[in-house]
Amino acid sequence: MDFVIYQGSGRSLKKTLLHSSTSGIIRHDAQHRIQVQALDKVSIQLEHGDRLGLIGGNGAGKTTLLRTIAGVYEPTAGRIRVEGKITPLFDLSIGFDGDASGYDNIRMRAAYLGVSREEIERKMDDIAAFTELGGHLDLPVRTYSAGMMLRLAFGAATAIDAEILLMDEWIAVSDAQFLEKAERRAAEFAGRASILVVASHVESVLRRLCNKVLWLENGHVVKIGPVDEVLTEYRQNQHLDAAPANRDLEPTVGKLTM
Amino acid sequence: MTLLFDSADRSQAARACEDLQLGAMSWSLWGMLGWHDIRKRYRRSVLGPFWLTLSMAVLVASLGFIYGSLFNFHLSDYLPFLALGLAIWNFVAAILNEGCHSFLEFESLIKHVRMPLSVHALRVVWRNLIILAHNAVIFVVMALWLGLWPGFGLLEAMLGVVLLVVNAVWIALLLGIACARFRDIQPITGSVVQLLFFITPVMWKPELMAERQLLITLNPIYYLMEVVRGPLLGETLPLSTWAGALLITALGWSLTFAVYVRFRKRIAYWL
Repeated sequence: MDFVIYQGSGRSLKKTLLHSSTSGIIRHDAQHRIQVQALDKVSIQLEHGDRLGLIGGNGAGKTTLLRTIAGVYEPTAGRIRVEGKITPLFDLSIGFDGDASGYDNIRMRAAYLGVSREEIERKMDDIAAFTELGGHLDLPVRTYSAGMMLRLAFGAATAIDAEILLMDEWIAVSDAQFLEKAERRAAEFAGRASILVVASHVESVLRRLCNKVLWLENGHVVKIGPVDEVLTEYRQNQHLDAAPANRDLEPTVGKLTM
Repeated sequence: MTLLFDSADRSQAARACEDLQLGAMSWSLWGMLGWHDIRKRYRRSVLGPFWLTLSMAVLVASLGFIYGSLFNFHLSDYLPFLALGLAIWNFVAAILNEGCHSFLEFESLIKHVRMPLSVHALRVVWRNLIILAHNAVIFVVMALWLGLWPGFGLLEAMLGVVLLVVNAVWIALLLGIACARFRDIQPITGSVVQLLFFITPVMWKPELMAERQLLITLNPIYYLMEVVRGPLLGETLPLSTWAGALLITALGWSLTFAVYVRFRKRIAYWL
């Protein structure tokens, strides 16, 4: 599989919709609107087997890059070319509806991601077994506890086979009992993918999963290369900036919103 | 390996075409999601979406008696007119109001996964078409009761419905784009819709407007409503009504397509 991003993409947002002003390059255009160039001169090429980790401070452009690869944002300049089926996993609970049953939510989610009806019905037993929710799957998900919600979202998200998997933060659960099983499943899920791109602040995750790391800062590529090399330099840079060294926190669940 | 997308392999016009085409082809997706929206609205209620039918029936009955006596109409004449008019008006008003949200409502989805953007507009149109079908039941019952049979008018009205839906799609797309960019358009649309209700012949018959016929001839909604309502009530529509409806369809789609080509890829940025 050939997954190519030939040329970087710039992205400009109008003032009214500005939501990431902490970083990126902010400037004014002729009509005094604020523009943010979220990515500039990012040129990478990924191929079958590649596992790319994205690091960088807040607003460095990690999420924008992921969304550009996902085809959500079409680049304002430059080119992106993707071959293969993309499975984005930015938000575990995407498309969840509190009033629908667990089963229905799994089906809806699959429909959004372009997974066929037959495929998801085939995977249903596997998801049900993994979540250990049993009869609860027939109940509306608003009756679920936070932990149960997470099991459902996690189980549904990791059941499908992804060709190109995009993740914004590594998914994990905090439920101790469930942790090992979930970690194993998540690793298998990522392992099945032909290409993985994961943005994470957690070095242990990047070291375990990736064979390359891309370091972004203010929408520019600072360095791309082997995991150890980039991470070492990144950390040194962080110390120079006197940034708090809390990068190695255990993974926590980034996103679960209803 | 299948090529998912290449941002530079075709023009924006070709891309907009492809989006609309793929959107239309994903009928199983928006079909399911539209039904889901309806079910969600009426979950746990005994009558479900037939609440729509019931409340519309009550509305038609009460307005029918009040306005029928105000205007001195025969009820057997006025009630079917009102039932159809209100059902179609409800559809048009919902498309105008919900069309403003066709992209805003699905922001998290649009920012998460790539799919043809027209799917979202089609979902909005489809769910309102389901509501229209529920409201149409009132006319059907009334027609059976009063022994109305439109005959060939039924076929003509079918064409009218197709035209109405085709127009609903461009309205939902255009308003969706406009409201994604300019959030003020939504409240403006809301007040315009209220106004339109009074100047569109929903409750009153067009013949009553002896003077100021321009108010009717310049009202695009009148044509779209008339191509469905007229034939079903057994009227013979003048060709000008059909011509007007077709002209609106052509103009509306041309404008929407031009806007879609120009701004489709910006929509995700605006949300």
